[in-house]
Amino acid sequence: MAILVWIEQNDGQAVSNCWELLAKAKELGTELGVEVAALLIGSDVIEATQQAVAYGADLVYTASASNLEHFRLQPYAAIAEQAVERADAAAFLTNASIRGGILAATVACRRNAGIAANATDLWVEDGKLVAVRTIYSGNIRARIQFESPLAVASVRPRSFPMPEPDAWSGEVKDLNVELNEDDIRLKISSFRAADAGEVSLTDAHIIVSGGRGVAEDPQKGFELVGKLADTLGAALGASRAAVDAGYIPYKHQVGQTGKTVRPDLYIACGISGAIQHLAGMGNSKIIVAINKDADAPIFQRAKYGIVDDLFQTVPALTAEFSKRLR
Amino acid sequence: MNVAVLIKQTPDTAELPKVTVDEAESGELQATMVINPWDEFAVEEAIDLSDRFGCETVAISLGRADETDALKHALAMGVDSAVHVDEDVIDGGDEWATAEALAAAVRKVGGGEDVELVLAGKMSVDGNSGVIYAGVACKLDWDLLVNVTRIVDIVDGKLIAEQAFEGGQETVEVPLPVVISVAKEINEPRYPSFMGIRKASRATIPTWGRDHLEIDASRTTRWNDLSKPEPEEVQVHIFDGATVEEKAAQLADALMAEKVI
Ligand SMILES: Cc1cc2nc3c(=O)[nH]c(=O)nc-3n(C[C@H](O)[C@H](O)[C@H](O)COP(=O)(O)OP(=O)(O)OC[C@H]3O[C@@H](n4cnc5c(N)ncnc54)[C@H](O)[C@@H]3O)c2cc1C
Ligand SMILES: Nc1ncnc2c1ncn2[C@@H]1O[C@H](COP(=O)(O)O)[C@@H](O)[C@H]1O
Repeated sequence: MAILVWIEQNDGQAVSNCWELLAKAKELGTELGVEVAALLIGSDVIEATQQAVAYGADLVYTASASNLEHFRLQPYAAIAEQAVERADAAAFLTNASIRGGILAATVACRRNAGIAANATDLWVEDGKLVAVRTIYSGNIRARIQFESPLAVASVRPRSFPMPEPDAWSGEVKDLNVELNEDDIRLKISSFRAADAGEVSLTDAHIIVSGGRGVAEDPQKGFELVGKLADTLGAALGASRAAVDAGYIPYKHQVGQTGKTVRPDLYIACGISGAIQHLAGMGNSKIIVAINKDADAPIFQRAKYGIVDDLFQTVPALTAEFSKRLR
Repeated sequence: MNVAVLIKQTPDTAELPKVTVDEAESGELQATMVINPWDEFAVEEAIDLSDRFGCETVAISLGRADETDALKHALAMGVDSAVHVDEDVIDGGDEWATAEALAAAVRKVGGGEDVELVLAGKMSVDGNSGVIYAGVACKLDWDLLVNVTRIVDIVDGKLIAEQAFEGGQETVEVPLPVVISVAKEINEPRYPSFMGIRKASRATIPTWGRDHLEIDASRTTRWNDLSKPEPEEVQVHIFDGATVEEKAAQLADALMAEKVI
């Protein structure tokens, strides 16, 4: 028996959220008295296999072939099902990315297993896995018990702390998949990776966001906000007002109609804190607001604040952190 | 080629914060019910495809008895017909029961010509799962595309589309039949026209119940302990130094002490 965790790869790199999940699975596995197994599918899985062991996998199931380079649901789900069987999995866990979400759902549906989609917590109760998730857009929380032998969950990024790699040891098992490209219906005709070097919002430990507060000189404003983000190794976010005004592309938008994020630190620069913005970042561990209006609603959610002009405050912060992080 | 679009009737997003535990448990909500906003993009795309490729469009919604306002909205926007599936058919079952009922309805609506394309929204604002379309694809044994930002073409029984995910974007080609969940970037949903609203108000929407669809309702999870998450009370600490440099240094001290940097 095992808890099986899919390790997603993007552009040949393991998605770091999966290590949080793997470490959590190890904890749950210890409680349940089962092993924790990682599943790696791709064209090159060598580096990620070593990482999976370092993050605590007792077993790593691998499937590698040149035509597995990019995620395609049909072969990936078939391989995942095979791994579920081989591992005699009590649980199959993925990170709740777009791909992780449909992989979990497809495997669960095929095996008629219960699913907790977008779960935010997992624990063991009476020898069984229990998941927590929210519905009604975060307004109701529910506990999910599984009635099926296999429990499946896609887990929101950053639900668990990031572990440190260690000198664990684990066994690697090749699933020996034989894939005939002619049997795979979907073909990828072009592929464009996201801008290299950019920290993705959903993975980020720190996010620095800009809002309409930059209006007096939007270009300069986002340049300053971007510099602070770079200094902190943070992702760059924005409010919808900033996106709608054309200051920055939509992919940076945080909120109800943008991305839902949960960083350790969220620095909002020139953002008022509208309910739709809070819907996307309200669960951040620490919120910092920089706003020249002391009555801005963002201060009701923030832990720290500076009431001042962002055009002066942001560069001062950048200077301060560059000094300390040198 | 016919197109089916899956739509759910959900609470108005502005009223979601008012949903109580009792309401969530019973499913009897006080909130104004509308078409799930993400599904409007799927309806718009269906209508657009019917203009481009001359296909018939049908909206399908599984919900409580008489819950047909979302379907009327889809008709008013311009889909050709609508079918309401009474949620009794799933008998309190789980996501896979819903998926099976919707898949069965897709097979049945074909009539003369088969449905070869199913469109769905990105996620329901009440269920927040993003799994129903995956279940429908699985039950129909069709391919699935998600977060589709553009349907480029349909030629020789093949659909070409662009889909986005966290790590980038790709153009894919897949033979029909296929299930697609659409992203918000795909189009700009239209407002129903006055004529459309009039037509929709006169349309009869058939309801399919247990006599029409036989579902073996699965029940793989049990939901309990529903509660309302309360936002944590935080008291903001405002740094008031004499200069911005001083304030910045104080904030940096605090954040270093919190160990978040
Ligand atoms: C259906 C719907 C969905 C929505 N979805 C989203 C969403 O996903 N994400 C989102 O963000 N919004 C969303 N919104 C919009 C939301 O309601 C707000 O309009 C938006 O968040 C406001 O952005 P803002 O805070 O940047 O701008 P504003 O509200 O205009 O705030 C600007 C702030 O900057 C401050 N400021 C101005 N100049 C300076 C300066 N020089 N230095 C420091 N501070 C300064 C001001 O005091 C003010 O507080 C949605 C709205 C609707 C109706
Ligand atoms: N009861 C339903 N009736 C019709 N379509 C549905 C239903 N539930 C979900 N869907 C479709 O599946 C998508 C994802 O829903 P969900 O998995 O609940 O987030 C929605 O955007 C709809 O297109």
